[in-house]
Amino acid sequence: MDLYEYQGRALFARHSVPVLDGGVATTQQEAVELAERLGDRVVVKAQVKVGGRGKAGGVKLADTVAEVETHAGNILGMDIKGHTVEKVMLTVTADIDQEYYYSYLLDRANRTFLCIASVAGGMEIEEVAHTDPEKVVKRPIDAGVGVTPEVANEIFDQAGFPEDLRDQLVDVFVKLWDAFVAEDATLVEVNPLVRTPEGKVLALDAKVTLDENAGFRHPEHAEFEDKSAVDPLEQRAKDSGLNYVKLDGAVGIIGNGAGLVMSTLDVVSYAGERHGGVKPANFLDIGGGASAAVMANGLEVVLSDPQVKSVFVNIFGGITACDEVANGILGALQTLADRGEDVTKPLVARIDGNNAEAGRKILADANHPLITVVETMDAAADKAAELANQEA
Amino acid sequence: MAIFLNENSKVIVQGMTGSEGMKHTRRMLKAGTEIVGGVNPRKAGTKVDVDGVSLPVFASVSEAMAETGANASVVFVPPAFSKAAVVEAIDAEIELVIVITEGIPVHDSVAFWNHAESKGNKTRIVGPNCPGIASPGKSNAGITPADITGAGPIGLVSKSGTLTYQLMYELRDIGFSTSVGIGGDPVIGTTHIDCLKAFEEDPETKAIVMIGEIGGDAEERAAEYIKANVTKPVVGYIAGFTAPEGKTMGHAGAIISGSAGTAESKKEALEAAGVKVGKTPSETARLMREVIENL
Repeated sequence: MDLYEYQGRALFARHSVPVLDGGVATTQQEAVELAERLGDRVVVKAQVKVGGRGKAGGVKLADTVAEVETHAGNILGMDIKGHTVEKVMLTVTADIDQEYYYSYLLDRANRTFLCIASVAGGMEIEEVAHTDPEKVVKRPIDAGVGVTPEVANEIFDQAGFPEDLRDQLVDVFVKLWDAFVAEDATLVEVNPLVRTPEGKVLALDAKVTLDENAGFRHPEHAEFEDKSAVDPLEQRAKDSGLNYVKLDGAVGIIGNGAGLVMSTLDVVSYAGERHGGVKPANFLDIGGGASAAVMANGLEVVLSDPQVKSVFVNIFGGITACDEVANGILGALQTLADRGEDVTKPLVARIDGNNAEAGRKILADANHPLITVVETMDAAADKAAELANQEA
Repeated sequence: MAIFLNENSKVIVQGMTGSEGMKHTRRMLKAGTEIVGGVNPRKAGTKVDVDGVSLPVFASVSEAMAETGANASVVFVPPAFSKAAVVEAIDAEIELVIVITEGIPVHDSVAFWNHAESKGNKTRIVGPNCPGIASPGKSNAGITPADITGAGPIGLVSKSGTLTYQLMYELRDIGFSTSVGIGGDPVIGTTHIDCLKAFEEDPETKAIVMIGEIGGDAEERAAEYIKANVTKPVVGYIAGFTAPEGKTMGHAGAIISGSAGTAESKKEALEAAGVKVGKTPSETARLMREVIENL
């Protein structure tokens, strides 16, 4: 889960990382009240989970409360690369003497964590790594040791930070590590980390990604979930415990196993090239068990997507045999009918694997008007794309 | 032969007495796996009857090893307790630990990997979030359906469970030496490269199927490895060409970040290493069939 800057800033503050005084507002009125409390020159920043907000006009300085009102009015509701701005963050300003870069992140390849530090901050670190590679320090962190003051001092020396900031920066490095571990983060990035003319160190930005798998030990992270920004279908699927991602095509997809479902999206896209360019409408993995109840919940979510014109159910029967899967599909349609749902969209089923013939026979014997059974994944994808194209 | 798991594997199940543990212990026994017991400190000293087989429950992995000669463990314990279970297996220096559990915090996976390294990597970790290992006709440790296919010359390594089953099914008449599900998490123990190396050295394996998916750069690194070290034919498949950027696609590790981790980049890397990459699972099966026919 990627956090908004204001959430990351709050999380930093919780771990005693120095940040500027500020707050968040969802309306012009709230922004004005906040500006009155902060009482000084402030910066108004659009809260979106995408880069380039400065260039889009989403970051403005305001010297007066009237200016805050104007800027907040302009920025709230603004569209930045397809993201609507719902909130603005206001902070007091700081004079900047120098800008640095500092982060901890997961290093998948080496199965450990990595620290990236640079005296050249304020711009994209990839850019610095490209133009001034000697200015970027990448150091693996031994997860068993962590970032102790000793390790932090070594990072400080390697990156060549100014000597008079040693105590402050080492302290910030250790606190950021504490936050990274305590919050189960996979990314904590500060860009820029600044030095003021008075020689004070401040985190002026906060980019944080939290591990959702660790949610069970962080009930407090639920507050970071932004239900308003989540697609309503995704929210509904999540509430039913389903693994669903909304896409914008016309072929609804239900499958078992993340890899098989990703593969199904690809195969449907290829098939769509022959049928008016139709594309998959979603990713939905109902898991290995593929029970009737889960199938029903999945079908309900997929069918309630108005963009969906046909549904492709792609199941490999492994642990769950195909006869059970077939009964699951029929049971799911019955469940939906019992719930009063009017199911009218055509459904293409491909079931293969353990006891496949028995499963297909169950579906054939049921002779359900909406179900077409196709034997192979490629042919079934083609049929589903064809039907979606016809219905469109 | 086969890799990592064979007819000499004596398997214990950590979390055997839970519902998933019981269900799959039953299936593994039926598949012919030599299951010698389970581990659950709260039920230590008791016996569990599984379809007429009486399995002892031990307090710890080391006790189970001492009593039964177990050399492999399959972990089904819930995410919150998985780290402790894997660390226990590492401390007992068991040869192989297969972590089936999905949803383990990545800090925990990094921690047990770090622990294994600090102990000299005496324990091979497979997973987490994986279907396990199947060496048809010899042993099956995990949740891979045992009756899809029999023994044969193909070695398979995959991030995905159901795609593994799909490929095994399509090539069931040819058969497999071993299939290793390495798991869909961002941090995993055994990698594609570890499996490629083992298959290259395994005389029973004549050709290798490698299944990857979006996220990370494991496939790109595997491609480099193949180019330099693998003489056996490799056929590849990558899932997620049409996945959007920045969205996790079911597996915690399956996410494209910016321009990194795309299926296209993985496919190109593999093809540059001489690997034939199928566009769909069935085309991948077809490519492997041709490889086997031309051996």
